[in-house]
Amino acid sequence: MPSLPARINWVPWLFSAPALAVFVSMLLTPLVLTGLLSLYVFDGMRGIQDTLTLHNFVEIFTDSYYLEIFTRTAAMSAGVTFICIAIGVPETLILSRMQGRWKSIFLLIVLAPLLISVIVRTLGWSILLGANGLINQTLLELGIVDKPIRMVFTMTGVTIAMVHVMVPFMIMSVWATIQKLDPQIEQASLSLGASRLKTFFQVILPQLLPGILSGSIIVFALSASAFATPALLGGRKLKVVATAAYDEFLSTLNWPLGAAIVIVLLVANIIVIIGCNRWVENRFRAVFEG
Amino acid sequence: MQRNGPLALLFHTLFIIFILAPLVIVIVVSFTDKGYISMPKDGLSLRWFYAILDAKEIIRAFWFSVKLGLAASCIAMVLAIPAALAISRYRFRGREAIQAFFLSPLMIPQVVLGAAFLRFFNIAGLSGSFFWLMMTHVIVIVPYALRMVIAAATGMNREIEHAGLSLGASPAKVFVRITLPLLSAGIAGGWLLSFIQSFDELTMTVFVATPGTLTLPVAMYNHITHTIDPLVTSISAVLIFGTLILMLIMDRVVGLEKVLVGKG
Repeated sequence: MPSLPARINWVPWLFSAPALAVFVSMLLTPLVLTGLLSLYVFDGMRGIQDTLTLHNFVEIFTDSYYLEIFTRTAAMSAGVTFICIAIGVPETLILSRMQGRWKSIFLLIVLAPLLISVIVRTLGWSILLGANGLINQTLLELGIVDKPIRMVFTMTGVTIAMVHVMVPFMIMSVWATIQKLDPQIEQASLSLGASRLKTFFQVILPQLLPGILSGSIIVFALSASAFATPALLGGRKLKVVATAAYDEFLSTLNWPLGAAIVIVLLVANIIVIIGCNRWVENRFRAVFEG
Repeated sequence: MQRNGPLALLFHTLFIIFILAPLVIVIVVSFTDKGYISMPKDGLSLRWFYAILDAKEIIRAFWFSVKLGLAASCIAMVLAIPAALAISRYRFRGREAIQAFFLSPLMIPQVVLGAAFLRFFNIAGLSGSFFWLMMTHVIVIVPYALRMVIAAATGMNREIEHAGLSLGASPAKVFVRITLPLLSAGIAGGWLLSFIQSFDELTMTVFVATPGTLTLPVAMYNHITHTIDPLVTSISAVLIFGTLILMLIMDRVVGLEKVLVGKG
């Protein structure tokens, strides 16, 4: 045994051992098994074949059916992220300017949906957006439209509901950054004669950028793997990666292909999260250390 | 500090309406007396709330989810408390790797976990068992439990422990009589948060749930893909009220802002 300069402290390892054992057997093993599964080929007649190949990955990256699903998912996630920035950042600023009780009350109202089941929230949206839903009824009664607008099973409907599910994450992230801001900088800018608009874009926004970016990473990653909302509001036609994987596993029963889809999703997710985090950290080192 | 102008307040009002609208509509619609989704125009009715009591499948799934959530959150705490102490109190090689490993289920999409558990259960022949379904929930909720306990342990005043030791208490006694009580708020908060996360989990569970191990979210998902009737709205209304009560408790115990905004 090589002599170590410092004695290994076994206590923390002993403390972590139970959790480590569970995580290795129940997390690492299933993931490795799924990775292996993605290398097999499924034959409609004979089931899973015993040869290792990259066939499934080739299929995902060349078949237009799967390309469309991945592109749709990426586009939807980008759209949701963009809208979350556009409405979440102003709302967080407004919240931060509120006084005393109102501030905590509204912060709770905005964040509390995080703890309410996604199914319940999606159900609410499908009732609101349906052909006989509240929004269509109101539009009809006001005479703005003469027949109901189709919103369920459209990208618009899915996006609206996804933004509702995701925007609290953006607010949480921007809120954490706002807490560190010095309100006097804004005062200084205004008292030195900059307009409100200029102060916002040149003084406030740059300071919020780290929070916005880390919020965007969370929102994008979660949207890209969202299941319940696209499944219930998008239906069969608007498949996204998560619902496609679900169908491969539980309807088509092409498990190897399903495994390849989730592996691509996992790797893309990790690349986005780690890549963006690195970039944000390098770009804003000064802000984090300041 | 700038004040909010009228435009900002208008935006804020619309935003709050956007946030509350789907929840409010579910609650309002659940009081209908009709057999289909509609506003309760002809007076409120509790018809669909009584109907829950006759929905055997839903009641069974509800109790199953409660049991699953209680068991999974307790196991998660048993795993997370010592791990959190190791991570927050010791500086050792591999500390960061261990922490990242324990938090990794937050970064892995739940569909991926679902598919992985399905494959694992299939190979190991574990489908349809309460215990193994619970273990999948443990993996998903340990990160939440861990973060809460780490946050509590990091902010803890350790002098009291030293005082206990120097006054002659055994390390075990110090742990039970001083450390655990000081961590209790973090533990309670982590436990409640874990329970809610387990109780609400759908995406991963939908892969591994079997007819015999049906959780409430999976049962509701199956129901909604089949038909949207007032029954699911009354169940949802009950869930919203239940979550509100749990949130009030959590607010009393640790402060809801700390759970939602606080960082671990």
